Amino acid sequence: MNSKYEAVIGLEVHAQLSTKSKIFCGCSTKFGSNPNSNVCPICLGHPGVLPVLNKKVVEYAALMGFATNCKIRERSIFARKNYFYPDSPKGWQTSQFDEPICENGFLDVTTSDGVEHHLNITRIHMEEDAGKSIHDKGSETLVDLNRTGVPLIEIVSEPDMRSAEEAYLYLTKLKQILTYLNICDGNMEEGSLRCDANVSIRLKNETSLGTKTEVKNMNSFKNVEKAINVEIARQIEIVEDGGRIIQQTLLWDADLEDVFPMRSKEESHDYRYFPEPDLMPIVINENWRNEIAENLPELPEVRKNRFISEFKLPEYDAEILTSNRPLADYYEKVITVTRDYKSASNWIMGEVLKVLKEDKIEITDFPLSAENLGKLIELINNNTISGQIAKDIFPEILKTNEDPSKIVREKNLVQITDTSKLEGIISTIISSNQAQVQQYLSGKDSVIGFFVGQVMKASQGKANPKVVNELLKKKLIEQK
Amino acid sequence: MSVTKNEVEHIAKLAKLKFNENEIDEYTTQLNQILTYVDKLNELDTENIKPLLHPVDGENVFREDVQKKSISTEDALKNTLYKTDKYFKVPKVIK
Repeated sequence: MNSKYEAVIGLEVHAQLSTKSKIFCGCSTKFGSNPNSNVCPICLGHPGVLPVLNKKVVEYAALMGFATNCKIRERSIFARKNYFYPDSPKGWQTSQFDEPICENGFLDVTTSDGVEHHLNITRIHMEEDAGKSIHDKGSETLVDLNRTGVPLIEIVSEPDMRSAEEAYLYLTKLKQILTYLNICDGNMEEGSLRCDANVSIRLKNETSLGTKTEVKNMNSFKNVEKAINVEIARQIEIVEDGGRIIQQTLLWDADLEDVFPMRSKEESHDYRYFPEPDLMPIVINENWRNEIAENLPELPEVRKNRFISEFKLPEYDAEILTSNRPLADYYEKVITVTRDYKSASNWIMGEVLKVLKEDKIEITDFPLSAENLGKLIELINNNTISGQIAKDIFPEILKTNEDPSKIVREKNLVQITDTSKLEGIISTIISSNQAQVQQYLSGKDSVIGFFVGQVMKASQGKANPKVVNELLKKKLIEQK
Repeated sequence: MSVTKNEVEHIAKLAKLKFNENEIDEYTTQLNQILTYVDKLNELDTENIKPLLHPVDGENVFREDVQKKSISTEDALKNTLYKTDKYFKVPKVIK
C-alpha cells in the first residue's frame, strides 16, 4: 500500500442463528428444503397476521453481546425497515433501529507484526432474513421464501480497522465466538455468515473520514481479505490520478478477483424506520441477564490461556487446539486417557488434522474416538510399541475405531526390547555389512542410521529404536 | 408542517406508485390539509411525555423455539397467478 495513505474499514456481519424455528413463526429454518415448503401465512406476509418473537433469538443475541463485551440494553424494541423487494413479502424487514439489544462492545486482535488492535463494536441487533431470488432462469425472477424470517443478528463494527488483515482477524474471531457459543454454524460458503465491508482511504494524519464504498458478495474469509485489499488499491489509484471516490456499492467477483459497481437500485436508501407496533418491547431484567450469562461457555481466548498454563503447551499448539470448540473438547478428552499433554497435542495437530484436511471433514465426524487416540499414545509411552508402529497402524485404527491394544496384540506388533533377541539380529547385520562397519569405525558416525534402519527392517519395525541404538554402538565398537 | 411537491414525488417513488402532474398537485394539497389538521396536536405540551409505542402495556411476549408444521407449497402459492409449481414468479429483478 502507498505509504501516504491509510485505509479505514468497518464490517457489517450477519450471522444466521441456529434456532429450530424462525424468528416470528414456527416454520423450520432448515437449509436446503424444497422451495417454499418452510412457509406459513406469517412469514409469507399475509394481511392481518401477527408475529410472536422466538425467545431463543433474544437469548442468543444477548449471549453474543456478553461474549463481545457489549452492554446489554435492559429494554430494546423492534422497528420496521421499509423497502420493496420481492424477497421480502411484507414490504418491510422487521429489524431493530434506535434501541438494539446490544451496544458498545469490542474485540482485540493481534496482527502478524505483533501489534494488538482494539476494535470497537457499535451494536448487535436482531432481525429477520429475506428470501432467496433466483435470477438465472429466463426472463423472470423466481422467489423462494423458505429463508424469509430465519433469525439473524447483525454485528456492526466501528470503522476501527486499518488493514484487510485486521478485518480478516476480526471476522475470524467473530466466527470462532459464534461457533463456541453454538449459536451459528459460521459457514460463509452456505451464507449462514455474511460480511459486508465499508472501505475508505485517507492521508495519514488526516482525522476526518473519506468517502466510503460498500463491498459485498464475499463468500469466504480469504475473499474478504482479498476484496478489501483490491478496493483499497482501487481507491488509492483513483485519488493518485486526481479523481474522486464515489459512494457506491461494489460486488466482489471471486473468479476475476476484482470489484464491480452494483447496478444501482433506483430508489434511494430511505428506509423510514418506525417502531414495530406488532411486537412488544423486550425487557431483560437482572435475573434473566444472569441466567443467560450462566450459559456462557469458556471462550476461545480464555481456553487458549488455560491450555498454556494448565497443560504447558506452546502458544502455537494452544491456538490451534482451541481454534474451534469441538477440537478443543476432543483434545481434553484425549488427555483424560493419557497425561502426556504434548504428545496428545502433536498427534492431533499432525495426524488428526491431516486426515480432517484430506477428507474435508470436521472433528465431530472424525472416526477415531478421543479415548482410543489416548490409548494409542499410552502404548507408545509405556514402550509397548514404537512411535513408528503407532503411525503405521493409525490408518487401520482410524478405519475400525478399535482399541489399539487389541490390534497391536492381534498383529503381534509389541515392541522388542528384549536385548538377546535384538543382539542376534544385530550380529547378522554387522557381519553382512562389513564395508559400512569400516566406515563407522573410521569416524563416520552417521552410518549408525544405516544400521538402525537395517535392524528396524529386519524386526519389521518392532525393535525399540532406543535399545537398538545403544546395542549397535556397543557391538560396533567391539568390531575394532 | 407541510410537504413540497418534490417530497410527494419522492414518497410516491418509494411506494412504487406512479402519478401524473395533476395527481401530484392534488395529493400535495390533500396531504398538506391532513398535516395542517394533525398540526393541532402540536399545540399540546408533550415535553415530559414518553412516546407511546403500543396502545396496551406489555413486554416480553415470546414463543418457545418449537418447530410447527408449515403449510403446503401448493397452499403457499395459491393466492398468485404468477408462479411455477414451486416458486413465486416476479418480473426480472436486475441485480
